Amino acid sequence: MSHAAIATMDRSPMPGMKVYNNKLGMWVFLLSEVMFFTSLIGSYVILRFAHPEHWTDPGVVLNVPLTALNTFFLICSSVTMVKAFAAIEAGNQKALQMWLLATIIIGASFVGIQVVEYIALGGEGFLPALDAYHAVGRGNPHGGPALGGPLYGATFYAMTGFHGAHVSLGVIALIFVYIKSLRGGYTKENHQGVEVIGLYWHFVDLVWIILFTIVYLI
Amino acid sequence: MSTTTVAEPHAGHEEHHDLGFVRTYLFSTDHKMIARQFLFVSLFFLLVGGILAGMVRWQLGFPGQPMPFGNLLPDTMAPGGIILPEFYNSLVTMHATFMVFFALMPMLAGVFGNLLIPLQIGADDMAFPKLNMLSFWITPVAGAIMLASFFVEGGAAGAGWTSYAPLSTSGEWTGVYMGQILWLVSLIIVGFSSITGAVNYVSTVINMRAPGMTWFRIPLATWSLFITAWLLLLAVPILTGGLILLLFDQTIGTAFFRTAGSGEPLLWQHIFWFFGHPEVYILILPAMGMVSEVIACRSRKPIFGYHAMVLALAAIAFLGWIVWGHHMFQSGMNPMLGMTFMATTMVIAVPSAIKTFNWLGTLWKGDIHFDTPLLHGVSFVSLFIIGGLSGIFMAVAPVDIYFHDTYFIVAHLHYVLVGGSLFGLFCGITFWYPKMFGRMMHEGLGKIHWVLSFIFYNLTFFPMHNLGVQGMMRRIYDPNQYEFLQALQPMNTFISINMFIFASVQAIFVFNFLWSLKKGKEAGNNPWKSNTLEWTVPSPPPHGNFPQMPIVYRGPYEYSHPDAEEDYWPQDMPPVSDTGGQSVGAPTPETVPPESVLGD
Repeated sequence: MSHAAIATMDRSPMPGMKVYNNKLGMWVFLLSEVMFFTSLIGSYVILRFAHPEHWTDPGVVLNVPLTALNTFFLICSSVTMVKAFAAIEAGNQKALQMWLLATIIIGASFVGIQVVEYIALGGEGFLPALDAYHAVGRGNPHGGPALGGPLYGATFYAMTGFHGAHVSLGVIALIFVYIKSLRGGYTKENHQGVEVIGLYWHFVDLVWIILFTIVYLI
Repeated sequence: MSTTTVAEPHAGHEEHHDLGFVRTYLFSTDHKMIARQFLFVSLFFLLVGGILAGMVRWQLGFPGQPMPFGNLLPDTMAPGGIILPEFYNSLVTMHATFMVFFALMPMLAGVFGNLLIPLQIGADDMAFPKLNMLSFWITPVAGAIMLASFFVEGGAAGAGWTSYAPLSTSGEWTGVYMGQILWLVSLIIVGFSSITGAVNYVSTVINMRAPGMTWFRIPLATWSLFITAWLLLLAVPILTGGLILLLFDQTIGTAFFRTAGSGEPLLWQHIFWFFGHPEVYILILPAMGMVSEVIACRSRKPIFGYHAMVLALAAIAFLGWIVWGHHMFQSGMNPMLGMTFMATTMVIAVPSAIKTFNWLGTLWKGDIHFDTPLLHGVSFVSLFIIGGLSGIFMAVAPVDIYFHDTYFIVAHLHYVLVGGSLFGLFCGITFWYPKMFGRMMHEGLGKIHWVLSFIFYNLTFFPMHNLGVQGMMRRIYDPNQYEFLQALQPMNTFISINMFIFASVQAIFVFNFLWSLKKGKEAGNNPWKSNTLEWTVPSPPPHGNFPQMPIVYRGPYEYSHPDAEEDYWPQDMPPVSDTGGQSVGAPTPETVPPESVLGD
């Protein structure tokens, strides 16, 4: 048997699952990610129950309409990701490239809007550090006194920040996938990279829906 | 896929290819080489941890006296060779940190996970060889950062390996600023090694098994490593999250765990022990699996209750998630919650006892070969029983309130982690050394090392129970500052002397290890006459492991079968009826079993 033939031989799984290694590995890795976000979200829940006085009503400090729009964007990017996967399943490389590019642009916009939001909040004094925190509510037309407490800022930035880092890494990974797709690296038969990055992307999207609910809406 | 395709040579490593020094020995993707790299790195960190322990014991055995070679240390640590209290805090912290994260974890999961999983399930390598290489190379980097923290201003972290908040959130009490930050950074980094390793182990076991290797034909060592990988995968990210929040408290002034900003110090304890208790089983389950292999093989008997052994491993791993509060009975946690944790903790005695009795049942009336691996394995069982029994004392909240943070817990955890994990590792290293390096370790030296280790281990750690019962606190710099502890000084000196002997005895092991690399007896494929797949290939196995895809026909513990030609039946030996009563070597494509054998 020639080397090339061996290299492409289906080494997959006799007694194993009917899933290729990369996909299985991504699923397993995402379980680990679930636990990571659990530690952050769990800390948030405990701190918030212990110190409700550190939090304000929804929308007083955080800009809910802007972030709702951003959430909509991120959900759209999951749709475009599905479209990209469907395109290559059908063997349509042009459509794959287009939908991947759309996903990258929307994902990058999400991070961009988050940065804009951070700058605005930081300017108002909504900061993670204990000494620097003095957020002034935008819900209050007269400005008013400092609202909430430093745990609000700290948990907000920790959770949304790590989510943003995950989105950024996803965008970078998508750019690599996009470049490979431009070179025709994915075919109807072999497009593992698209599927695996898609899994990650949907996970990041799902986490955001939870974070948006508990951080902004509750 | 037709069955004949599967039996064809796989892996594409048939032709000889020379990868050169760097890719063979440094940046190797071969799981066996990575296992050996992990072995040498973790043995180095075991030495580091041992030296730190030696300094701790010097201070306790001979408080305030200049340490031999102590004048080599800078004045910020030990002026004139006399250990400073601040340095002592760093010593106990870093001893535990190195031993847990850089010696035991890499040795158990890193060395044996890499060595055994692909070989025992009949795979050519891990599912993700490059990720595997990454997971190794992260470890020495993180270890170097941890070592470097001794030499920054303020010294290494001194808030204990548990780094309880608020003590760890700021240097104002410990005097350690940068050291604590480096401690956090190093552990965050080494966590990635555990997670990438775990992703690899889980995927490999699920997806890369050879035909016929059904779930209940997997050897117990691989079962234990597989379950350990799940614990690593799910527990380590919790710690990483907590470490990052603590790092924020240290660096950018947040108040997650600081009392100053109405943070919750207790939250840190919950996060730490939610990771920390599964971690305890990460450190013991692989040793249990390896000892099971050795006891069955060296008693020439099928393991007693194979299914019960697997289910007990899984039960321990599951229960490990709901007992973390037993570390926190004294933290101010709701006593009602304490009772719940007490009950769940006691339940763990059931699967542990199942395992212990099954080991004894395996040995019972076996044809026991008392060689070094078995001696270490039996030591593991007996010392684990002592550690387990003292664990029940700690599990009972009213008793724990008295014993908490005394030397009783120090004795308990060293019975489990040294008597358990380390003797389990000696058992594993001596048993699989021939597979790793192609030569046997010297049996006489191995036995001398075992008997001296066993004696001086017990003389070191058993008296610590007494110290604890009499009230000596854990992590105390100089117990003589309390009048009621002054009478314990002779016992402390006794312990220290025995610890120095225990540590010196390990030189025999190191010598044996190094000497046998060159001068040991050639091992051959299967020196122990064992059944599992790793013994069907040359020692050390070639790149790609198996010349052709092995086919598994039977469970891993068919020893002393009356129909077997010798007294054992390797897993890849076809049923006798298929071959006309002859036992044959490696199966050919023609002997591929029917589909029914291949089922999941």
